[in-house]
Amino acid sequence: MNVKLQPPASAYFITKETESAERRTLSVLVDNEPGVLARVIGLFSGRGYNIESLTVSETEHEKHLSRITIVTSGPPHVLEQIRHQLERIVPVHRVVDLNLTALSKGHDKPIERELALVKVAGTGEKRVEALRLCEAFRGTVIDANTEHFIFEITGRVSKIEQFIAIMAPLGLIEVCRTGVVALSRGAEGMLE
Amino acid sequence: MAEKNGRREAGARQMTGAEMVVQALIDNGVTDIFGYPGGAVLPIYDEIFQQETVRHILVRHEQGAGHMAEGYARSTGRCGVMLVTSGPGATNAVTPLQDALMDSIPLVCIAGQVPTSVIGSDAFQECDTVGVTRPCTKHNWLVRHVDELSEVMHEAFRIATTGRPGPVLVDIPKDIQFATGTYIPPSAARRRTSYQPATRSRADTVREAIELLRNAKKPVIYSGGGVINSGLEASHLLREFVQITDFPITSTLMGLGAYPASGERWLGMLGMHGTYEANMAMHDCDVMLCVGARFDDRITGRLDAFSPHSRKIHVDIDPSSINKIVHVDVPIIGDCGHVLEDMVRLWRAGSADKSRLKPWLEQIDSWKARNCLAYTPNDDVIMPQYAIQRLYELTKDRKTFITTEVGQHQMWAAQFYGFEEPNRWMTSGGLGTMGYGLPAAVGVAAAHPDALVVDIAGDASVQMTMQEISTAIQYDLPVKIFILNNHYMGMVRQWQQLLHGNRLSHSYSEALPDFVKMAEAFGATGIHCAKPDDLDDAITQMIETPGPVIFDCEVANLANCFPMIPSGKAHNEMLLPDEASDDAVSKAIDREGAQLV
Ligand SMILES: Cc1ncc(C[n+]2csc(CCOP(=O)(O)OP(=O)(O)O)c2C)c(N)n1
Ligand SMILES: [Mg+2]
Repeated sequence: MNVKLQPPASAYFITKETESAERRTLSVLVDNEPGVLARVIGLFSGRGYNIESLTVSETEHEKHLSRITIVTSGPPHVLEQIRHQLERIVPVHRVVDLNLTALSKGHDKPIERELALVKVAGTGEKRVEALRLCEAFRGTVIDANTEHFIFEITGRVSKIEQFIAIMAPLGLIEVCRTGVVALSRGAEGMLE
Repeated sequence: MAEKNGRREAGARQMTGAEMVVQALIDNGVTDIFGYPGGAVLPIYDEIFQQETVRHILVRHEQGAGHMAEGYARSTGRCGVMLVTSGPGATNAVTPLQDALMDSIPLVCIAGQVPTSVIGSDAFQECDTVGVTRPCTKHNWLVRHVDELSEVMHEAFRIATTGRPGPVLVDIPKDIQFATGTYIPPSAARRRTSYQPATRSRADTVREAIELLRNAKKPVIYSGGGVINSGLEASHLLREFVQITDFPITSTLMGLGAYPASGERWLGMLGMHGTYEANMAMHDCDVMLCVGARFDDRITGRLDAFSPHSRKIHVDIDPSSINKIVHVDVPIIGDCGHVLEDMVRLWRAGSADKSRLKPWLEQIDSWKARNCLAYTPNDDVIMPQYAIQRLYELTKDRKTFITTEVGQHQMWAAQFYGFEEPNRWMTSGGLGTMGYGLPAAVGVAAAHPDALVVDIAGDASVQMTMQEISTAIQYDLPVKIFILNNHYMGMVRQWQQLLHGNRLSHSYSEALPDFVKMAEAFGATGIHCAKPDDLDDAITQMIETPGPVIFDCEVANLANCFPMIPSGKAHNEMLLPDEASDDAVSKAIDREGAQLV
């Protein structure tokens, strides 16, 4: 077999992807029922779509509605497919591409935030430096003893990434992140 | 009390879960189900025993139940229903569920589950059925409380049959079948608001499509299974549209019969084993109207060379089908029937100069003159194409339903049997499931007791679900299994000849059973025929013999199926039979193409 050729993929007639990938944040409103997350995730794994981040929680308790925020990437035609395929899932009420909504309103992006808990251990200079940086990043200390801190830090993904990178040489032990939550700017909700 | 399907619906009342299942079947108009018992569905079987409204057909393997329900559904336009037990019963249902998903067949599968209290403990015959079937159903449910059960059942029928039809599964733990709760009839059942399939299309897109078509000089209609799914009226409207526009029309494998094969503008099937004229028309057209089809890879051939000069209109009920494979210029989301109705009306309201089509129709006639389905007749051995032609001639004046297995015989059936009506042709298109045809035929026969039902089979495929002949015997369902016996997995061999240096790895059907004796062992009639001169009499005998018949038709072993678009090639690069010399065949698929199949 000629190794230089593309290996066979799921499609039989492989055409080279010419469009470049874009990153998108999707907001998906679903009935909060057993299996709904498995349906969404199964769609992404089964059809070979990317998930960069996924968050989910019930947001309207009376109506049992959850909002799933998915950050994905792909060429535009794949992104369109992802949206339509999500809409086919029976418990899905609505799928909104927040990036497209933002563009249509003249903004460049939706509002996106992530929260991270960052555990750092150390003493002396390094410990002081870690605390000082936490303040500079507007983080808060939520647990500490003489050997460690747990910082809570919120912000855009890039800010979280940056903070974690800075903590690495200062005694970073572990990190837990929520993934991205997002809303579009302006007065309207996703159902409008 | 509301009326549904001419039957009085029960009002809200107390009953057991098992009773609810049967009541919901009745209230949703079900008269026949296909199933197989086991520990986790015994309460439901007990209820089935105590009533006569729903007929239960006992199969021999749950896969058979699923394909029977599919054949039943496809031939009637109604929903098919299967009933299986937990664990192995449910896992055996996976193949027909995926088959129905790929071909958009409405199918409700009811599965028993171990009692709620032991779910998750690896109990005897436990299986995460909703987990296993999630990707191969349109939707599925694990019922957690008896009071949900009736509404879930009604919702199951609604979701299976509306929008783009498909399979659904309801998993019912045994304790819920025993528990007593409130039965809610369909008319009072709540419907989930998140599921709202499209029906009516936007008028402006239809108008835009009609404008394009009115100015087209080289139009072609490419129709698919969606037209059949939409109902008889859609096929009538499609015929009317062809008649008023004079547009040539081709169809996918799934769409055969929507437009009659004897129709003046019929081009034959398109795609990998489609006709030269259909594929050339697709390649050269200036406007393509795709209605109820989905640009499957067996249809398009090489994508970057697919119909390069055309504006494309795509009518589909499923928005995710639009722009999935091929970019279209005018997407129309809606039920084919409704859209065709609008198109016919709009077309009639304007005018078009039919003479503008003359050069295009002449071009098509010249392609037709290539006679792409020609084969070399033989006096000594039965050519498989000839067998289908004779079968067609001897059955065309009856109400005949044809099912198939998967392989060369399936493609020859599609090429050489002339389908005049929708819902008469049942084949596994999307999944390509060997073993589909025999049980599908049994399901068709259950729905149409007076019709002639023939499974055009292959010697290998038929062995996959052979045991369902026993079901046919038990219920006196006179299916005719017409085996084109070439002693090979012919389609596999054809690809090995094209792609793998003629190394016929494991594609020879060694140790074939004696099909005549096998028929007799089941209590059916066996017929053997190996001579072209005997064929007509033998087929007549098959038709006239009451009860199930297995017809062992020995055909030319090494015949191959042409025309063919080799993998990785475009529509205008097809291999025609007269060009299919050994040399051309061996060079047909280059190294790059070989990776793609
Ligand atoms: C369940 C299943 N397994 C394997 C295949 C791959 N396959 C496609 S056609 C074919 C051979 C079919 O042989 P036969 O039924 O004799 O038909 P013929 O091509 O000879 O007409 C095989 C193995 C399939 N389609 N389905
Ligand atoms: Mg064979």
